[in-house]
Parts: sequence; structure tokens; C-alpha cells
Amino acid sequence: MLPKLFFFYFAAMITGLSVLVVTRKNPVHSVLWMLLLFFNIAGLYLFLNAEMIAIIQVIVYAGAILVLFLFVVLLLDLKKEIAGEQYTDIWSIAVSLVAGLFLLVIITFQAFEIADSEPVMLSDLGQPDAIGRMLYTEYLFPFEITSVILLVAIIGAIVLAKRKLKE
Amino acid sequence: MLNLIIILVKIAVVISIALLHVAYASYFERKVIGHMQVRMGPMEVGWHGLLQPIADGIKLLFKEDIIPANADRHVFMIAPMICFFGAMSSIVVVPFFGSFKIGAYTVGGSLADLNIGLLFILAMSSLGAYGVILSGWASNSKYAFLGSLRSSAQVISYEVAMGLSLIGVIMLSGSLNLSDIVEAQASAWPLGWYAVPQFPGFAIFCIAALAETNRTPFDLPEAESELVAGYFAEYSGFRFALFFMAEYMGMFIMAAVAVACFLGGWNPVPGLGWIFPPGVWWFLVKVYVLFFIYFWVRSTLPRYRYDQLMALGWKFMIPISLANIILTGLWKVVF
Repeated sequence: MLPKLFFFYFAAMITGLSVLVVTRKNPVHSVLWMLLLFFNIAGLYLFLNAEMIAIIQVIVYAGAILVLFLFVVLLLDLKKEIAGEQYTDIWSIAVSLVAGLFLLVIITFQAFEIADSEPVMLSDLGQPDAIGRMLYTEYLFPFEITSVILLVAIIGAIVLAKRKLKE
Repeated sequence: MLNLIIILVKIAVVISIALLHVAYASYFERKVIGHMQVRMGPMEVGWHGLLQPIADGIKLLFKEDIIPANADRHVFMIAPMICFFGAMSSIVVVPFFGSFKIGAYTVGGSLADLNIGLLFILAMSSLGAYGVILSGWASNSKYAFLGSLRSSAQVISYEVAMGLSLIGVIMLSGSLNLSDIVEAQASAWPLGWYAVPQFPGFAIFCIAALAETNRTPFDLPEAESELVAGYFAEYSGFRFALFFMAEYMGMFIMAAVAVACFLGGWNPVPGLGWIFPPGVWWFLVKVYVLFFIYFWVRSTLPRYRYDQLMALGWKFMIPISLANIILTGLWKVVF
């Protein structure tokens, strides 16, 4: 009972906060609600015993990526942003499309059959050394590919910035 | 139920002692800097000004809480709380002493003995950057805004160097748990201090800690001569006090991490074990020495220029800490 209660609390908070993020007129307020949203997602990870992933979620998303978001938002002309229209004219079409997709997902989920086997609980998912061992043995290739992709992004950013400087 | 009560009592004790430390750290700072500049420092309230921090606290508590007319009210009010919360919550993983047993009950040396304690501190200190950015933006004042932009850029750049400088310690001890790091350190070559084999990491951590807590010579965010008081220029009363306490709390956390990761934590200073057994007193003495060094640096060094600060962080400290990680890896392979 208690685990379910926790899960529904986090699920409700995550949904509610996501709605707040997209409906706020002031982008800075949106970023703040998003910060709270990331903390709730971290709470959900904690609840799955994945404390390492929870803390990485906070450090990477809340501590680094969202701060960059905030920087960009602060450099916008907020007065113009708040005075202007928040949504484009076709928002009703977009909402009905998404609602249709959501219905489709619900219907397909009902067609699934739940397997008899017990769900596997990864008890050591929270341990940093377990994650490290997995990354460097079983998932070494995807891990290295990810790092190459990130390296490409870093080099790309430097190239773009340098070109601006020369002009 | 009994466990819950014990935890609540522990939290209350640790937080009240920490807040007293914050108050008297400001007294200590004024006295130390005063004497270094051949002044007396605070002398009026109580014997040698001993009650000065209490008087300051009462004054700030009763001052009017002014919110500028064009400020973003809610964000303006929340920002100091984020700052204070970020600094205060790190204290739960600080290991004050080794855990011991009373009967069947184990007394832990920290409020929460997390397996990822070190990462928790890094996460919470990055949360403090929000308080700084938001306070500057919400004040709707150019001085506060410039101060907050400077501060957040500085904190983000030095956080990288700080995290990297701790990796050597993590590799040597094989743990992210601060108590385990202290335990593993006791048998470290040659003195039982990681500060010796990890001296590049220790030096970089100390410099980054100064930048992270916005202390001189890296106090550009609040450079008085340029920016009035930086990001909290528009704050008054207790909200100002929250920023102030968050700064001193941050210093305490940084000093505590340095003591736990590099200076042997609650274990005695090498060679002085016959004076006192290991315990919280050794931890506090080491923290006070680091506090003294903070103040010493403040009264000795002039302020950096902003481009020098960024160049030092990115071109000097990050490469050195990366080299330190590689060397530590080689060391681990060879020995």
C-alpha cells in the first residue's frame, strides 16, 4: 500500500509540475517549476533504490543543464516575451493530436499480457561500483559511442563560436 | 518511534550547533582580520565583543524586510531560502566522528550515512547557484544582476575543478561514503592523510573551495567597489541574513569536506594521537584551522580580475586535476 501511495504522489506531482512548466507565461517561472520537477523525478529514482542515478539526475539536470537554461532565459527580452502571445494559433490542433496519441497508447497497453515471472529487483543498482562495472564491461561499446557523440558536440560548439569571433 | 525521536533530536542538535558556529565564525573572522590589520575588531558588546554576533542577529531579525517595487515578488522571497537550504542540507552527510555502539544502538557519526555522500554535497552546492542567479534577476537591479551573472559563471566553472580534484581521493579510498573515506585514509601512505599523496588534488580543492564560496581573492560577485554588494544588494533584514548564513555555512561544508577527504577527518593529527583519542574534537580543530586560513587569505591577497579568474579555472586548474586523476590511476596500477 505505502509504495503505491508514494508512487502515485510522485506521478501526480510530475504530471502537475509538467503542466505548470508549459503553461507559465514567464519563462523564468517555467524553469523554476522544472527544477522542482527534476527533484520529483529524482525522488522516483530514490524510491526504486537507485540512489546513484537519483543523485546524478540532480547534479546533471538540475545542477548543470537547467542552470544553462536559466542563463539563456535571462538573456531573453522578458518584457516582450510576457507581453506577446504565449501560444500559436494551432495549439488546439496540437492538443487534440496529442490526446489522440495518448488514447492510442492506453489502448495498446491493454492488449499487453503481463508475464508470470516475478519482476527482477536490482538491489545493487544504487551502488556506484555496480554501475561502473556494467558500463565498462557489458555496455562498453554503447558507452564509448556516447562519449564520441558528446565529443563531436563539444568540438561543434567550439567551431561555431570561433567562426563568430573571426567575422 | 524511538528511532524517529532520536533522529529528530540529532538533527536539532547538529543544526543548532552549526548555526552557532556560523554566528561565531563571523566573530572569529572580524577578530582575525582586525588583528592582522593592527585593529582590535569588535570590542563593544560583551567581554572583547563576544556577544557581537548575537547583537547582529537580533538587529537583522528586527529590521524591515524591504521588497523593491519592480521586483518579482515570489522569486525574490524564495531565492535566499534556496541558497540557505542548499548550504544547510549538505550538513547531513558530514562525518563528525566515527560511529560507536551504546548497547544495541549504533550512534552514527553523521546524520545520514549515505553511500553517495560526496556526490550529495556536490549536488547540493550546485543547488546554491540557483539562489544566487534568481536573487540577482528578481531584484530587477543592474548591480544585483551583474553580480549574480558573475557569481553563477564562477561557481559553475570552479565546480568542475572541485569535482575532478576529489576523484583522486575517491579512487584511492574506493568509496563515495565520507565515513568510509576517513576510515580508508587512516592506513594511507605515508602519514594517514590523503593530502600528502594527493597534494595536487588538495591544492586545487582548496582554491576551488575559495571560489565556490565567493571568498577573497575570488569575491568578484560582491566586489564592493564595482557592484555595491553584488547579488544581494537589494536585500535587507532577515533575507540578507539568510544569504550571509548560507555563505558561512558553505565555508563550513567546504572545510568539512577538505578535512574528511584530505586531512584525516576525526582521526588525530599524525604524531599527536597521545593528547586526545580520535573524536569530534580533532575534526573541529582541523575545521577551525582551515577557517583561519580562509580569513588569512582574505586579509592577505588582492582580488583577481574576472578574465584572470576564468583563465585560472579553465586553463590551469582543470588540466592539472585531470593529470592528477591519470597519475592516481597509474599509482593504483603500480602499487
